[in-house]
Amino acid sequence: MSTTTAASVPLDETPLAGVTTVIDKKAPVLFGALTIGLLLLVLLAGESGDTTFRLATGTDFFEIPEITVPSIATTWLMVAICALCTAWSVRLYLARRRTPMWLVVVFALMWMIGFLTWAATGATIPVVGLLAGSLALAVPLVFGALGGVLGERAGVVNIAIDGQLLAGAFAAALVGSIVGSTWAGVGASMVAGMLVALLLGLFAINYFVDQVIVGVVLNVLVIGLTSFMFTQVLAPNAADLNHPPRFEKIPIPVLGDIPLIGPIFFRQTAIVYVLYITVALVTWALYRTKWGLRVRSVGEHPKAADTVGIKVNATRWRTILLAGAIAGMGGAFYTLVSVPQFNREMTGGAGYIALAAVIFGQWDPIRATLAALLFGFASNLQGVLSVIGSPVPSQFMLMLPYVVTIFAVAGLVGKSRAPASVGIPYRKG
Amino acid sequence: MSNPAGTDERPPSEPEGAEPEEQQPSRWHGVLREITSSSAMVAVLSVLLAIAFGSILIAVTDEEVRSTAGYIFAAPGDFFNALWDAIWGAYTALFRGSIYNTRAETFEQAIRPLTETAKFAAPLIAAGLGVGLAFRAGMFNIGGRGQMLMAGAASGWVAYQFDLPGFVHLTFAIAVGMAAGALWAGIAGLLKARTGAHEVIVTIMLNYVAYYLVFFALSKQSLLQAPGSFNPKSLPAKDSAIMPKLLGDQFNLHLGFLLALVAVAFTWWLLERSSLGFRIRAVGINPPAAKASGINVGRTYTVVMLIAGALVGLAGANQVLGTVTSGVTVDLDAGIGFDAITVALLGRSRPLGILAAGLLFGAFKAGGFAMQASENIPVDIVLVVQSLIVLFIAAPPLIRAIFRLPAQEAK
Repeated sequence: MSTTTAASVPLDETPLAGVTTVIDKKAPVLFGALTIGLLLLVLLAGESGDTTFRLATGTDFFEIPEITVPSIATTWLMVAICALCTAWSVRLYLARRRTPMWLVVVFALMWMIGFLTWAATGATIPVVGLLAGSLALAVPLVFGALGGVLGERAGVVNIAIDGQLLAGAFAAALVGSIVGSTWAGVGASMVAGMLVALLLGLFAINYFVDQVIVGVVLNVLVIGLTSFMFTQVLAPNAADLNHPPRFEKIPIPVLGDIPLIGPIFFRQTAIVYVLYITVALVTWALYRTKWGLRVRSVGEHPKAADTVGIKVNATRWRTILLAGAIAGMGGAFYTLVSVPQFNREMTGGAGYIALAAVIFGQWDPIRATLAALLFGFASNLQGVLSVIGSPVPSQFMLMLPYVVTIFAVAGLVGKSRAPASVGIPYRKG
Repeated sequence: MSNPAGTDERPPSEPEGAEPEEQQPSRWHGVLREITSSSAMVAVLSVLLAIAFGSILIAVTDEEVRSTAGYIFAAPGDFFNALWDAIWGAYTALFRGSIYNTRAETFEQAIRPLTETAKFAAPLIAAGLGVGLAFRAGMFNIGGRGQMLMAGAASGWVAYQFDLPGFVHLTFAIAVGMAAGALWAGIAGLLKARTGAHEVIVTIMLNYVAYYLVFFALSKQSLLQAPGSFNPKSLPAKDSAIMPKLLGDQFNLHLGFLLALVAVAFTWWLLERSSLGFRIRAVGINPPAAKASGINVGRTYTVVMLIAGALVGLAGANQVLGTVTSGVTVDLDAGIGFDAITVALLGRSRPLGILAAGLLFGAFKAGGFAMQASENIPVDIVLVVQSLIVLFIAAPPLIRAIFRLPAQEAK
């Protein structure tokens, strides 16, 4: 009975641990499934026609011409390339080797080109608009995910990201309108995010309340508070209190003129540039500073950290307040960039997607950022495809981040291992 | 995070057999102790504190109060009158909307709010049981929304698709709904048992997946969408599948409330009197110990989530077949899936506690709408008060510190 291979044993008896074994089989299986999916799309629902990719915006150094390709032939080509990648991956698996990252990237890129070619038959895909829009949609998710990563790395589960985003959006709209300055709004959003973090810390760190419960309840509390204040105060005085100024797009002189990359990354609003800096700072601080080492140590093994003199709860407090400020700033994006006014429940559960990005990004700032960008891409792709009238039901595109996350936590896509002491309050002594 | 609500659970090490042999007097003694113990006291104080905070919020945002506050030192009477009017008005409206309408002309109208409270309480109780049962096994079921959506869509489909005699049709529709809820929750249980995937994340994600799935089905003519319609809505339920009204047509109270009571009794029996319930509690208190004593922990997780999903599914069926019978929409859960979490927490994951908590929050809901209509206070205040209650209850030391109660035991 005990001859089953370790790789595929269902972990019947240890369901508590968030640890799953690394199985190299995942990549080939996933590649195969995706390739077959694309094959079925072109076989069963392929229509002849041309697909055009528009890559330029007009103000670049030089203009990349539009690329027009025959849909069916191109999709078939991509299916073939994907099949090759799958075969290569299977070969590596049989040789007991991991599928390298570059192969995953090539596969993903080719698959996406094939999918887009199929989905946009007879239409033009504005590639720059698609990607720039994805970045815009991902901004609050990235801020939220960074806040989540910081908190969880210090051992505090933060389900309240959604509450922090919503509180940030509210505060940014209110203060931005009163002061008449976008940066005052951003500052207020950071304070609001910190206030939510303050409640989280009070109950989770000081009173040892289950962190998931606090997070869920805080989300409800923030929805209730902001909706109440919106109806009672903001809506009747919309001109004075709910009419914040808006961030304008600031093209960065030279970088913004680079074809393809410039319009996507360097013709954005100031808050997006702040985001780049934040991602870099958080990553550097978490992995390269004494502070980061301490944060990670209280999340992994608080007792050991305490033994060497690190104040566990003080460290956790400082970290979640910082995380709250970052997540709150993401909320400002809603009211100072997307829609220049606050609406009830306007985040629409984005905090939960950010949470998904934290897990899918394996509690790493860079990977969580990439996951958030991926989710932003999925939701913007849905918008673009529905505009050009594609056959893909929009609901399935919107569902994608959540399904991917379920697969991720189930260990079917990559491994996911949380910080060891996440969710456990620390009692000294 | 293993046992969120079971903090007041007896430690498993306490030997059951160590109690004196005669159990007869201890039962009532225990009940008495439970009522007077400071845990109940904390619950009551938490509710009061939350209501007090709600009052502040109402007062601060009241136009009259704010304008009189401008000249508070000139005429403090005006300010305190306005303050009293705002708060008293709000809470009497809440009372009139949830328990007894003192302004009604006939007895039927006066008692009507109470039946509305029961109507709102029914799905909260059923879904609260689903969340609470999972808590007892140490699992956090945040997936109430998704489970209700899947159950509601399934029940609604049976309700308009089939032609069956009255009682059979209704039973069938409820059963299919509960099965759908059970399957949806079962995914989370199975994934936890098989792969260790955390049920909090999986259920949250399944909420959204269910939302988009039901949305997709409701916008497809070939699936659930009403023929010829452009709205994401299904056909209304046929009369044979609609839950009968309990007190005649002038009241909205329907069979769902009785079913919720049956669910309370069933869950109580399951947890306290069945061997499965014993296994559930054992797993919830200490999974390694349960495993060591021969309980299949993984299977228990799956079974618990199946039953929990069926209970939440009952709430979904209750919405579609009883409360809003005009057709399935994506809003059918009406926030109940999340409210159920607060109900289960307030009820301390015990069936009778959930019944009481469900009735309280049902009263808040019924009264909240009345408050909005008559006093112009947004119904969202109810969310604030509810979430504060749960936060305070979850942190007894905080309540004891605020009210300077003696600590229960030395730390």
